[in-house]
Amino acid sequence: MAAPFDRNDDSVVVIIGTGAGGGVLANELAQKGVSVVALEAGGRYLPEDYINDEWDSFGQLAWTDPRTTSGDWRVAKDFSGLPAWIVKAVGGTTIHWAGASLRFQPHEWKALTTYGAIDGASLIDWPIDDAEMAPWYDKAEKKLNVTRTNGNPGLPGNNNFKVFEAGAKKLGYKEVHTGNMAINSRDNTDRMSCQQTGFCFQGCKWGAKWSAAYTDIPEGEATGNLEVRSKCHVARILHNEAGKVTGVEYFDEAGNLQMQKARIVAVAGNSMESPRLLLNSASSMFPDGLANSSGQVGRNYMRHLTGSVYGIFDKPVKMWRGTTMAGIVRDEARHDPSRGFSGGFELETLSLGLPFMAAFLDPGAWGREFTSALDQYENMAGMWIVGEDMPQADNRVTLSDVEDQHGLKVANVNYSDHANDRAMRDYAYKVGSQIYDSLGATRTMPTPPYPSTHNLGTNRMSEKPEDGVVNKWGQTHDIANLFVSDGSQFTTGAAENPTLTIVALAIRQADHIASEMSAGNI
Amino acid sequence: MNTHTKPLRGMTRRQLLTGATAMGAFVIGSGYVAGSNAAWATEMQAMSPEGFATLVQMARDIYPHDRVADEYYAAAVKGYDTQDKAEMAEQGIAALNARAMEMKGDDYLNIGWERDRVDVLRSMEDDAFFQTVRGGLVTGLYNQKAIWPIFGYEGESYSQGGYINRGFDDITWVG
Repeated sequence: MAAPFDRNDDSVVVIIGTGAGGGVLANELAQKGVSVVALEAGGRYLPEDYINDEWDSFGQLAWTDPRTTSGDWRVAKDFSGLPAWIVKAVGGTTIHWAGASLRFQPHEWKALTTYGAIDGASLIDWPIDDAEMAPWYDKAEKKLNVTRTNGNPGLPGNNNFKVFEAGAKKLGYKEVHTGNMAINSRDNTDRMSCQQTGFCFQGCKWGAKWSAAYTDIPEGEATGNLEVRSKCHVARILHNEAGKVTGVEYFDEAGNLQMQKARIVAVAGNSMESPRLLLNSASSMFPDGLANSSGQVGRNYMRHLTGSVYGIFDKPVKMWRGTTMAGIVRDEARHDPSRGFSGGFELETLSLGLPFMAAFLDPGAWGREFTSALDQYENMAGMWIVGEDMPQADNRVTLSDVEDQHGLKVANVNYSDHANDRAMRDYAYKVGSQIYDSLGATRTMPTPPYPSTHNLGTNRMSEKPEDGVVNKWGQTHDIANLFVSDGSQFTTGAAENPTLTIVALAIRQADHIASEMSAGNI
Repeated sequence: MNTHTKPLRGMTRRQLLTGATAMGAFVIGSGYVAGSNAAWATEMQAMSPEGFATLVQMARDIYPHDRVADEYYAAAVKGYDTQDKAEMAEQGIAALNARAMEMKGDDYLNIGWERDRVDVLRSMEDDAFFQTVRGGLVTGLYNQKAIWPIFGYEGESYSQGGYINRGFDDITWVG
């Protein structure tokens, strides 16, 4: 039967969320002939709709439904209602992402084995490894047409990169280039090449950057096997007396409660919404929420060790021109405890426009120390620090007492830095500043983390059911026909931007689900 | 602590009301506040002209950019000059003036040096009124496209085809 599907059709796979996980899973299943209903809380926006203005774009795309925060992270103080800067739209945060597409380093799949036990950290190894994932990374790089893979050249370096590269090389860094980017460095049949426009975070108006919004979603729909229902917010997942999930209840665009039956449900709403939904689906049979017999749902929330360094020079840089994040130093990504911390970090070029720089350079700051920096905006260069943060059991998503517009309890996000996180951030601020100092920067600014774009963990993958929520296929340990398909599966965060890994896991999961369905196992 | 005795004391209220002042924003007659260079003027809807002029100065002292003219600060706080917000703003300004009198011996607008006004603001920076004004300025001031060129920021480039042929890599002093 072809899309659209009947709400009583219990043969469909229901996928909740259409970003890097859900959007890719939906297309991959549709390509294999599996019937899919994808429920997306946001609306549909395509390149012609994207707005190259930071606040207007934020208003168009960002998830601004209520959330609450706690813990010692500065975001909880500066942006208490906005723990994450992620997207509510068909295609999810693949509209906003910068395009950085890095594979995990082999040792990062085995964090506990590599780093050893660390006080206060709930480290475990992933139940999969580099060899297992290599062929799926190959497919993901091909799908995203990543630069410096599949014969694609690297992107040309912009002004911000040239400053970053020159400083990094002066310090002796070796692995410095314009990155592995899911942004076309030359035209191909699907997408045109990058026009160096900036505003990568606001949605690529050329469609040069891969986003599920205008690749996997329409490709899946073209098969006739995928129906995407936008502006449909899932309220809870339903189950039968046998403990198998049977469908979902959701609020449609008009605010009416609907029910969609399902053979399989895959949750892909990001690390805040996915555990929230499992917890909000509590029943008399599962009083602590679905798939939560371990008590692990919502725990081990990770957001990457982040921060930025901006340098001011006596001459113009114009960092906003060109691809936002096409620049990387990888030398610090290694695990080298002699630096005083476990795990590693990447340094990547970054720029914000003037409006967001004012909001994020030093939130809450005022007076001339702050404004004299903004006065030099044209002479600024910028970089982002992205490193592995430690999983901690109490860094977690729980249900808040606050309710959203549908009367559903919202996610509270509790996060506090681990000592390893602080040591890594301090070190990264130091070397980041040195990169600019080596070129004669007149001022450098270690800038605090922004609301999270990399939201990981909260339904983590584990070998043993008591350690996590899902198995090596993203299938929940408790319920065979309930899957998790987004970054919330992450066992540990690694140092790399997570999207490529989320996509690789989704392609692999689609293969597994389709074969298990054919075998009649689920 | 203020050890000097206001060597550059600001204008008196009478001077303010007659426009005999060197300050940026001043009151012209009843119901208007204008820039001293007559480049801009705004008609008051709900706030007192003195209150609004004080608010404009407060905005500049929070985010001082010497190359950004008063009219942009006035535009950034004009939203308080409405029936539903004026009372809150006037109460906040009254508290600011009371603190200024206590610490510096004069109304806020009459304090001549920025550092003395900033002393007053620092003493109130955790107050709801200060935080409301400061938070509002982050978007109210910096999201005015008209001021972006002052900072060199070029805004969107899509309409011009991006920077691929317009200098995305035109830096000359490195590489």
